[in-house]
Amino acid sequence: MANLRDIRNRINSVENTKQVTRAMKMVAAAKLRKAQERIFNTRPYAFKIREIVDHLQEELDPTAHEFFQSREEINGVLLVVITADRGLAGAFNSNVIKKAEEAIETEYRDVQKAGNLYLLCVGRKGHEHFSKRDYQLVGDYRGVFDSLSFRTASSVVDDAIEGYHREIWDEVDVVYNEFKNTIAQNRIVEPLLPIPEETFKTPIMEEELTGQPLSANGQEIDYIFEPGARTILDEIVPRYLNYQLWRALLESNAAEQGARMVAMDNATSNAEDLLEDLRITYNRERQNAITMEILDITSGAEALGDG
Amino acid sequence: MADDLYVDIVTPDDRVFQGQATGVRAPGVEGSFEVLYNHAPMIAAFGVGTLSVKTKDAHRFADIHDDRVVFATSGGFIEVIDNKVTVLAETVEPASEIDVERAQAAEERAARRLKEGGLEGAEREEAEAALERARNRVRISMGEIGR
Repeated sequence: MANLRDIRNRINSVENTKQVTRAMKMVAAAKLRKAQERIFNTRPYAFKIREIVDHLQEELDPTAHEFFQSREEINGVLLVVITADRGLAGAFNSNVIKKAEEAIETEYRDVQKAGNLYLLCVGRKGHEHFSKRDYQLVGDYRGVFDSLSFRTASSVVDDAIEGYHREIWDEVDVVYNEFKNTIAQNRIVEPLLPIPEETFKTPIMEEELTGQPLSANGQEIDYIFEPGARTILDEIVPRYLNYQLWRALLESNAAEQGARMVAMDNATSNAEDLLEDLRITYNRERQNAITMEILDITSGAEALGDG
Repeated sequence: MADDLYVDIVTPDDRVFQGQATGVRAPGVEGSFEVLYNHAPMIAAFGVGTLSVKTKDAHRFADIHDDRVVFATSGGFIEVIDNKVTVLAETVEPASEIDVERAQAAEERAARRLKEGGLEGAEREEAEAALERARNRVRISMGEIGR
Protein backbone atom coordinates (compact mmCIF):
# COMPACT_ATOMS: atom_id res chain seq x y z
CA MET A 1 0.00 0.00 0.00
CA ALA A 2 1.17 3.46 -0.88
CA ASN A 3 1.72 5.72 2.03
CA LEU A 4 -0.18 8.94 2.60
CA ARG A 5 2.46 11.28 1.31
CA ASP A 6 2.81 9.38 -1.97
CA ILE A 7 -0.91 9.62 -2.56
CA ARG A 8 -0.92 13.30 -1.73
CA ASN A 9 1.84 13.91 -4.27
CA ARG A 10 -0.07 12.01 -6.91
CA ILE A 11 -3.16 14.05 -6.21
CA ASN A 12 -1.19 17.26 -6.61
CA SER A 13 0.39 16.17 -9.84
CA VAL A 14 -2.89 15.00 -11.36
CA GLU A 15 -4.44 18.27 -10.28
CA ASN A 16 -1.75 20.17 -12.16
CA THR A 17 -2.20 18.08 -15.26
CA LYS A 18 -5.91 18.70 -15.12
CA GLN A 19 -5.36 22.41 -15.01
CA VAL A 20 -3.10 22.27 -18.03
CA THR A 21 -5.48 20.15 -20.09
CA ARG A 22 -8.38 22.37 -19.18
CA ALA A 23 -6.47 25.48 -20.24
CA MET A 24 -5.57 23.80 -23.52
CA LYS A 25 -9.19 22.94 -24.08
CA MET A 26 -10.19 26.57 -23.59
CA VAL A 27 -7.51 27.78 -25.99
CA ALA A 28 -8.56 25.23 -28.60
CA ALA A 29 -12.20 26.28 -28.21
CA ALA A 30 -11.33 29.91 -28.83
CA LYS A 31 -9.18 29.05 -31.84
CA LEU A 32 -11.86 26.71 -33.15
CA ARG A 33 -14.39 29.52 -33.30
CA LYS A 34 -12.11 31.60 -35.49
CA ALA A 35 -11.04 28.67 -37.65
CA GLN A 36 -14.64 27.60 -38.14
CA GLU A 37 -15.65 31.06 -39.27
CA ARG A 38 -12.81 31.13 -41.79
CA ILE A 39 -13.65 27.80 -43.36
CA PHE A 40 -17.38 28.51 -43.47
CA ASN A 41 -16.74 31.76 -45.29
CA THR A 42 -14.32 30.22 -47.76
CA ARG A 43 -16.32 27.13 -48.68
CA PRO A 44 -18.93 28.79 -50.92
CA TYR A 45 -16.26 30.36 -53.11
CA ALA A 46 -14.17 27.21 -53.31
CA PHE A 47 -17.20 25.09 -54.21
CA LYS A 48 -18.48 27.55 -56.79
CA ILE A 49 -15.16 27.91 -58.54
CA ARG A 50 -14.99 24.14 -58.66
CA GLU A 51 -18.45 24.01 -60.19
CA ILE A 52 -17.46 26.45 -62.90
CA VAL A 53 -14.24 24.62 -63.69
CA ASP A 54 -16.26 21.39 -63.91
CA HIS A 55 -18.60 22.97 -66.39
CA LEU A 56 -15.69 24.27 -68.41
CA GLN A 57 -14.14 20.86 -68.43
CA GLU A 58 -17.35 19.21 -69.60
CA GLU A 59 -17.80 21.77 -72.28
CA LEU A 60 -14.30 22.09 -73.64
CA ASP A 61 -11.94 19.66 -75.23
CA PRO A 62 -9.45 18.03 -72.84
CA THR A 63 -6.71 19.67 -74.89
CA ALA A 64 -8.02 23.12 -73.95
CA HIS A 65 -5.84 23.25 -70.88
CA GLU A 66 -2.75 21.31 -69.88
CA PHE A 67 -4.27 20.40 -66.50
CA PHE A 68 -7.43 18.91 -68.05
CA GLN A 69 -5.56 16.03 -69.59
CA SER A 70 -4.42 13.11 -67.54
CA ARG A 71 -1.09 11.74 -68.67
CA GLU A 72 -0.99 8.34 -70.23
CA GLU A 73 1.59 6.93 -67.93
CA ILE A 74 1.75 7.76 -64.27
CA ASN A 75 5.42 7.49 -63.42
CA GLY A 76 5.68 9.86 -60.52
CA VAL A 77 3.22 10.99 -57.87
CA LEU A 78 3.20 13.81 -55.37
CA LEU A 79 1.13 13.53 -52.22
CA VAL A 80 0.42 16.71 -50.32
CA VAL A 81 -0.16 15.60 -46.73
CA ILE A 82 -1.73 18.16 -44.43
CA THR A 83 -1.21 17.54 -40.72
CA ALA A 84 -1.01 19.83 -37.73
CA ASP A 85 2.06 21.54 -36.32
CA ARG A 86 1.31 20.36 -32.81
CA GLY A 87 0.26 17.15 -31.18
CA LEU A 88 -2.12 16.55 -28.28
CA ALA A 89 -5.08 16.44 -30.59
CA GLY A 90 -6.10 12.84 -30.14
CA ALA A 91 -5.68 10.70 -33.23
CA PHE A 92 -5.86 13.72 -35.56
CA ASN A 93 -2.33 13.52 -36.93
CA SER A 94 -1.91 9.78 -36.86
CA ASN A 95 -5.20 9.31 -38.68
CA VAL A 96 -4.25 11.47 -41.62
CA ILE A 97 -0.76 9.96 -41.75
CA LYS A 98 -2.32 6.51 -41.74
CA LYS A 99 -4.63 7.56 -44.54
CA ALA A 100 -1.67 8.74 -46.60
CA GLU A 101 0.24 5.52 -45.98
CA GLU A 102 -2.82 3.55 -46.90
CA ALA A 103 -3.17 5.44 -50.18
CA ILE A 104 0.49 4.83 -50.95
CA GLU A 105 0.12 1.16 -50.10
CA THR A 106 -3.00 0.55 -52.19
CA GLU A 107 -2.58 2.88 -55.14
CA TYR A 108 1.00 3.96 -55.56
CA ARG A 109 2.93 0.90 -54.52
CA ASP A 110 4.73 0.55 -57.82
CA VAL A 111 5.47 4.25 -57.98
CA GLN A 112 7.00 4.05 -54.55
CA LYS A 113 9.08 1.01 -55.45
CA ALA A 114 10.39 2.82 -58.49
CA GLY A 115 11.41 5.66 -56.18
CA ASN A 116 9.12 8.21 -57.80
CA LEU A 117 6.84 8.95 -54.90
CA TYR A 118 7.21 12.39 -53.39
CA LEU A 119 5.62 13.86 -50.32
CA LEU A 120 4.96 17.47 -49.55
CA CYS A 121 4.07 17.76 -45.88
CA VAL A 122 2.27 20.81 -44.62
CA GLY A 123 2.51 20.86 -40.84
CA ARG A 124 5.34 19.82 -38.55
CA LYS A 125 3.90 16.47 -37.46
CA GLY A 126 3.67 14.96 -40.91
CA HIS A 127 7.06 16.32 -41.88
CA GLU A 128 8.68 14.73 -38.85
CA HIS A 129 6.90 11.43 -39.31
CA PHE A 130 7.81 10.98 -42.95
CA SER A 131 11.33 12.36 -42.73
CA LYS A 132 12.17 9.66 -40.17
CA ARG A 133 11.05 7.05 -42.64
CA ASP A 134 12.39 6.56 -46.09
CA TYR A 135 10.39 9.11 -48.07
CA GLN A 136 11.41 11.86 -50.45
CA LEU A 137 10.14 15.13 -49.09
CA VAL A 138 9.52 18.23 -51.15
CA GLY A 139 9.62 21.70 -49.64
CA ASP A 140 9.44 22.60 -45.99
CA TYR A 141 6.11 23.72 -44.65
CA ARG A 142 6.61 23.34 -40.93
CA GLY A 143 4.99 25.81 -38.60
CA VAL A 144 2.68 27.38 -41.18
CA PHE A 145 -0.45 27.00 -39.07
CA ASP A 146 0.61 29.59 -36.49
CA SER A 147 -0.29 32.35 -38.89
CA LEU A 148 -2.00 30.65 -41.76
CA SER A 149 -2.04 32.77 -44.89
CA PHE A 150 -3.15 32.34 -48.45
CA ARG A 151 0.47 32.66 -49.53
CA THR A 152 1.17 29.22 -48.07
CA ALA A 153 -1.50 27.70 -50.29
CA SER A 154 -0.26 29.38 -53.45
CA SER A 155 3.32 28.46 -52.72
CA VAL A 156 2.37 24.78 -52.26
CA VAL A 157 0.45 24.94 -55.53
CA ASP A 158 3.43 26.56 -57.26
CA ASP A 159 5.67 23.72 -56.08
CA ALA A 160 3.14 21.16 -57.28
CA ILE A 161 2.78 22.80 -60.69
CA GLU A 162 6.52 23.15 -61.16
CA GLY A 163 7.16 19.46 -60.60
CA TYR A 164 4.22 18.65 -62.82
CA HIS A 165 5.66 20.73 -65.63
CA ARG A 166 9.07 19.16 -65.23
CA GLU A 167 7.36 15.77 -65.27
CA ILE A 168 8.81 14.76 -61.94
CA TRP A 169 5.27 13.73 -61.09
CA ASP A 170 2.23 13.15 -63.26
CA GLU A 171 -0.36 13.29 -60.56
CA VAL A 172 -0.85 15.31 -57.38
CA ASP A 173 -3.17 14.28 -54.57
CA VAL A 174 -3.99 16.07 -51.35
CA VAL A 175 -4.55 14.14 -48.11
CA TYR A 176 -6.24 16.09 -45.33
CA ASN A 177 -8.85 16.18 -42.59
CA GLU A 178 -12.08 17.81 -43.61
CA PHE A 179 -13.93 19.62 -40.86
CA LYS A 180 -17.27 17.86 -40.38
CA ASN A 181 -18.12 19.11 -36.93
CA THR A 182 -16.27 19.69 -33.69
CA ILE A 183 -16.02 16.02 -32.82
CA ALA A 184 -15.70 14.44 -36.23
CA GLN A 185 -13.43 14.79 -39.25
CA ASN A 186 -13.61 13.26 -42.69
CA ARG A 187 -10.30 11.97 -43.95
CA ILE A 188 -9.98 12.87 -47.60
CA VAL A 189 -7.66 11.90 -50.43
CA GLU A 190 -8.42 14.39 -53.15
CA PRO A 191 -6.94 14.62 -56.64
CA LEU A 192 -5.54 18.08 -57.40
CA LEU A 193 -3.63 17.63 -60.64
CA PRO A 194 -4.63 16.87 -63.30
CA ILE A 195 -8.11 18.19 -62.65
CA PRO A 196 -10.21 15.01 -62.43
CA GLU A 197 -12.71 14.40 -65.20
CA GLU A 198 -15.22 12.96 -62.81
CA THR A 199 -15.97 15.68 -60.28
CA PHE A 200 -14.50 14.83 -56.92
CA LYS A 201 -16.90 15.56 -54.09
CA THR A 202 -16.17 15.38 -50.39
CA PRO A 203 -19.02 14.58 -47.96
CA ILE A 204 -19.31 18.26 -47.05
CA MET A 205 -19.64 19.25 -50.68
CA GLU A 206 -22.45 16.76 -51.22
CA GLU A 207 -24.23 18.27 -48.25
CA GLU A 208 -23.73 21.80 -49.45
CA LEU A 209 -24.99 21.05 -52.93
CA THR A 210 -28.24 19.39 -51.93
CA GLY A 211 -31.04 21.90 -51.76
CA GLN A 212 -29.60 24.11 -54.45
CA PRO A 213 -31.18 24.16 -57.87
CA LEU A 214 -29.38 21.79 -60.17
CA SER A 215 -27.78 23.21 -63.22
CA ALA A 216 -27.95 21.41 -66.52
CA ASN A 217 -26.29 18.14 -65.73
CA GLY A 218 -24.81 16.10 -68.50
CA GLN A 219 -26.59 18.06 -71.18
CA GLU A 220 -24.51 19.94 -73.69
CA ILE A 221 -24.00 23.54 -72.80
CA ASP A 222 -22.89 25.94 -75.44
CA TYR A 223 -21.16 28.68 -73.56
CA ILE A 224 -20.53 32.19 -74.71
CA PHE A 225 -17.05 33.13 -73.56
CA GLU A 226 -16.15 36.68 -72.90
CA PRO A 227 -13.37 37.54 -73.64
CA GLY A 228 -12.28 34.09 -74.88
CA ALA A 229 -12.13 30.56 -73.51
CA ARG A 230 -8.35 30.65 -73.46
CA THR A 231 -8.10 33.86 -71.45
CA ILE A 232 -10.72 32.71 -69.00
CA LEU A 233 -9.04 29.34 -68.49
CA ASP A 234 -5.67 30.96 -67.91
CA GLU A 235 -7.24 33.13 -65.24
CA ILE A 236 -9.53 30.67 -63.58
CA VAL A 237 -7.52 27.45 -63.44
CA PRO A 238 -4.61 28.71 -61.30
CA ARG A 239 -7.12 30.43 -59.07
CA TYR A 240 -9.10 27.22 -58.81
CA LEU A 241 -6.02 25.24 -57.74
CA ASN A 242 -5.00 27.84 -55.16
CA TYR A 243 -8.44 27.93 -53.64
CA GLN A 244 -8.79 24.16 -53.49
CA LEU A 245 -5.57 23.93 -51.54
CA TRP A 246 -6.43 26.94 -49.40
CA ARG A 247 -9.72 25.31 -48.52
CA ALA A 248 -7.95 22.06 -47.59
CA LEU A 249 -5.62 24.02 -45.29
CA LEU A 250 -8.50 25.80 -43.61
CA GLU A 251 -10.47 22.57 -43.28
CA SER A 252 -7.51 20.91 -41.62
CA ASN A 253 -6.94 23.90 -39.36
CA ALA A 254 -10.53 23.90 -38.10
CA ALA A 255 -10.58 20.13 -37.76
CA GLU A 256 -7.36 20.25 -35.73
CA GLN A 257 -8.76 22.71 -33.21
CA GLY A 258 -11.92 20.64 -32.90
CA ALA A 259 -9.97 17.44 -32.40
CA ARG A 260 -7.73 19.07 -29.81
CA MET A 261 -10.67 20.48 -27.93
CA VAL A 262 -12.29 17.07 -27.71
CA ALA A 263 -9.04 15.35 -26.76
CA MET A 264 -8.34 17.85 -24.00
CA ASP A 265 -11.90 17.65 -22.76
CA ASN A 266 -11.51 13.88 -22.44
CA ALA A 267 -8.18 14.30 -20.71
CA THR A 268 -9.70 16.72 -18.21
CA SER A 269 -12.58 14.42 -17.34
CA ASN A 270 -10.19 11.47 -17.06
CA ALA A 271 -8.12 13.50 -14.64
CA GLU A 272 -11.24 14.19 -12.65
CA ASP A 273 -12.08 10.49 -12.44
CA LEU A 274 -8.56 9.72 -11.38
CA LEU A 275 -8.63 12.41 -8.74
CA GLU A 276 -11.81 11.02 -7.27
CA ASP A 277 -10.32 7.53 -7.01
CA LEU A 278 -7.19 8.94 -5.46
CA ARG A 279 -9.14 10.95 -2.91
CA ILE A 280 -11.08 7.88 -1.82
CA THR A 281 -7.87 5.91 -1.47
CA TYR A 282 -6.29 8.79 0.38
CA ASN A 283 -9.18 9.04 2.87
CA ARG A 284 -9.30 5.33 3.37
CA GLU A 285 -5.59 5.26 4.08
CA ARG A 286 -5.87 8.20 6.44
CA GLN A 287 -8.71 6.46 8.33
CA ASN A 288 -6.62 3.31 8.50
CA ALA A 289 -3.72 5.20 9.97
CA ILE A 290 -5.96 6.78 12.61
CA THR A 291 -7.51 3.46 13.51
CA MET A 292 -4.06 1.97 13.85
CA GLU A 293 -2.96 4.77 16.10
CA ILE A 294 -6.02 4.42 18.35
CA LEU A 295 -5.48 0.69 18.49
CA ASP A 296 -1.90 1.29 19.52
CA ILE A 297 -2.92 3.66 22.29
CA THR A 298 -5.76 1.58 23.66
CA SER A 299 -3.80 -1.62 23.60
CA GLY A 300 -0.88 0.19 25.27
CA ALA A 301 -3.20 1.52 27.98
CA GLU A 302 -4.73 -1.87 28.48
CA ALA A 303 -1.33 -3.47 28.81
CA LEU A 304 -0.38 -0.87 31.44
CA GLY A 305 -3.65 -1.40 33.35
CA ASP A 306 -3.16 -5.15 33.43
CA GLY A 307 0.34 -4.79 34.79
CA MET B 1 -41.32 33.58 -59.09
CA ALA B 2 -41.17 31.74 -62.34
CA ASP B 3 -39.31 34.35 -64.31
CA ASP B 4 -36.53 34.80 -61.83
CA LEU B 5 -32.85 34.18 -61.89
CA TYR B 6 -31.23 32.36 -59.03
CA VAL B 7 -28.22 34.44 -58.08
CA ASP B 8 -25.26 33.52 -55.95
CA ILE B 9 -22.52 36.07 -55.31
CA VAL B 10 -19.47 34.76 -53.48
CA THR B 11 -16.06 36.17 -52.65
CA PRO B 12 -13.11 34.30 -51.13
CA ASP B 13 -14.15 35.32 -47.66
CA ASP B 14 -17.89 35.68 -47.74
CA ARG B 15 -21.14 34.81 -49.44
CA VAL B 16 -22.47 38.25 -50.26
CA PHE B 17 -25.82 37.44 -51.82
CA GLN B 18 -27.92 34.40 -52.51
CA GLY B 19 -31.46 34.53 -53.77
CA GLN B 20 -33.92 35.41 -56.51
CA ALA B 21 -33.37 38.33 -58.81
CA THR B 22 -34.66 39.65 -62.09
CA GLY B 23 -31.37 41.02 -63.38
CA VAL B 24 -27.65 41.16 -62.73
CA ARG B 25 -25.44 43.87 -64.18
CA ALA B 26 -21.68 43.38 -64.30
CA PRO B 27 -18.73 45.43 -65.60
CA GLY B 28 -17.53 42.92 -68.21
CA VAL B 29 -14.01 43.29 -69.54
CA GLU B 30 -15.47 43.96 -72.98
CA GLY B 31 -18.14 46.31 -71.71
CA SER B 32 -20.82 46.37 -69.07
CA PHE B 33 -23.71 43.96 -69.58
CA GLU B 34 -26.86 42.83 -67.86
CA VAL B 35 -28.06 39.26 -67.47
CA LEU B 36 -31.83 38.84 -67.64
CA TYR B 37 -34.16 35.85 -67.63
CA ASN B 38 -33.36 33.20 -70.27
CA HIS B 39 -29.91 34.53 -71.00
CA ALA B 40 -27.77 32.13 -73.02
CA PRO B 41 -25.14 30.12 -71.11
CA MET B 42 -22.10 32.27 -70.63
CA ILE B 43 -18.85 32.54 -68.74
CA ALA B 44 -17.44 36.03 -68.63
CA ALA B 45 -14.67 37.85 -66.85
CA PHE B 46 -15.36 41.23 -65.38
CA GLY B 47 -13.17 44.00 -64.10
CA VAL B 48 -13.27 46.84 -61.62
CA GLY B 49 -16.63 48.57 -61.53
CA THR B 50 -20.23 48.38 -60.45
CA LEU B 51 -22.01 45.11 -59.90
CA SER B 52 -25.71 45.44 -59.32
CA VAL B 53 -28.59 43.06 -58.72
CA LYS B 54 -32.23 43.80 -59.31
CA THR B 55 -34.04 41.92 -56.62
CA LYS B 56 -36.78 42.01 -54.04
CA ASP B 57 -34.74 39.71 -51.83
CA ALA B 58 -32.27 42.24 -50.55
CA HIS B 59 -33.53 43.05 -47.10
CA ARG B 60 -30.12 42.97 -45.52
CA PHE B 61 -28.80 45.83 -47.62
CA ALA B 62 -29.44 49.34 -46.44
CA ASP B 63 -29.81 51.21 -49.69
CA ILE B 64 -31.97 49.78 -52.39
CA HIS B 65 -32.98 52.07 -55.21
CA ASP B 66 -35.67 50.90 -57.51
CA ASP B 67 -35.15 47.31 -56.25
CA ARG B 68 -31.50 47.47 -57.25
CA VAL B 69 -28.62 46.70 -54.89
CA VAL B 70 -25.35 48.27 -55.92
CA PHE B 71 -21.94 46.82 -55.11
CA ALA B 72 -18.39 47.90 -55.81
CA THR B 73 -16.34 45.04 -57.20
CA SER B 74 -12.73 44.62 -58.19
CA GLY B 75 -13.21 41.90 -60.75
CA GLY B 76 -13.97 38.22 -61.12
CA PHE B 77 -16.06 35.79 -63.14
CA ILE B 78 -19.72 35.37 -63.84
CA GLU B 79 -21.36 32.18 -65.01
CA VAL B 80 -24.86 31.86 -66.38
CA ILE B 81 -26.60 28.54 -67.06
CA ASP B 82 -30.27 27.73 -66.93
CA ASN B 83 -31.17 31.00 -65.26
CA LYS B 84 -28.69 30.30 -62.54
CA VAL B 85 -26.13 33.07 -62.15
CA THR B 86 -22.95 32.53 -60.19
CA VAL B 87 -20.69 35.46 -59.53
CA LEU B 88 -17.18 34.71 -58.29
CA ALA B 89 -15.68 38.01 -57.34
CA GLU B 90 -12.41 39.07 -55.82
CA THR B 91 -14.12 41.61 -53.59
CA VAL B 92 -17.70 42.81 -53.44
CA GLU B 93 -18.78 45.66 -51.23
CA PRO B 94 -22.31 47.00 -50.92
CA ALA B 95 -22.32 50.70 -51.76
CA SER B 96 -23.82 51.52 -48.39
CA GLU B 97 -20.98 49.83 -46.53
CA ILE B 98 -18.09 51.60 -48.24
CA ASP B 99 -16.13 53.84 -45.93
CA VAL B 100 -15.85 56.95 -48.10
CA GLU B 101 -13.05 58.52 -46.13
CA ARG B 102 -10.98 55.37 -46.23
CA ALA B 103 -11.58 54.99 -49.94
CA GLN B 104 -10.55 58.59 -50.54
CA ALA B 105 -7.43 58.13 -48.44
CA ALA B 106 -6.56 55.03 -50.45
CA GLU B 107 -7.12 56.96 -53.67
CA GLU B 108 -4.79 59.74 -52.59
CA ARG B 109 -2.18 57.29 -51.41
CA ALA B 110 -2.21 55.39 -54.69
CA ALA B 111 -2.15 58.60 -56.72
CA ARG B 112 0.82 59.87 -54.72
CA ARG B 113 2.74 56.67 -55.24
CA LEU B 114 2.23 56.89 -58.97
CA LYS B 115 3.18 60.56 -59.07
CA GLU B 116 6.40 60.02 -57.18
CA GLY B 117 7.35 57.65 -59.94
CA GLY B 118 10.22 55.24 -59.75
CA LEU B 119 7.87 52.29 -59.91
CA GLU B 120 8.56 49.58 -62.39
CA GLY B 121 6.77 46.65 -63.95
CA ALA B 122 4.61 44.73 -61.55
CA GLU B 123 4.87 47.39 -58.86
CA ARG B 124 3.57 50.07 -61.16
CA GLU B 125 0.74 47.83 -62.35
CA GLU B 126 -0.19 47.08 -58.78
CA ALA B 127 -0.28 50.78 -57.90
CA GLU B 128 -2.39 51.57 -60.94
CA ALA B 129 -4.81 48.80 -60.07
CA ALA B 130 -5.02 50.07 -56.51
CA LEU B 131 -5.81 53.54 -57.78
CA GLU B 132 -8.52 52.21 -60.05
CA ARG B 133 -10.09 50.19 -57.25
CA ALA B 134 -10.04 53.13 -54.87
CA ARG B 135 -11.56 55.48 -57.47
CA ASN B 136 -14.26 52.94 -58.20
CA ARG B 137 -15.14 52.70 -54.52
CA VAL B 138 -15.26 56.45 -54.09
CA ARG B 139 -17.43 56.85 -57.17
CA ILE B 140 -19.88 54.16 -56.16
CA SER B 141 -20.15 55.29 -52.57
CA MET B 142 -20.91 58.80 -53.75
CA GLY B 143 -23.61 57.41 -55.98
CA GLU B 144 -22.41 58.98 -59.20
CA ILE B 145 -23.00 55.93 -61.32
CA GLY B 146 -25.12 52.86 -61.43
CA ARG B 147 -28.28 54.41 -60.08
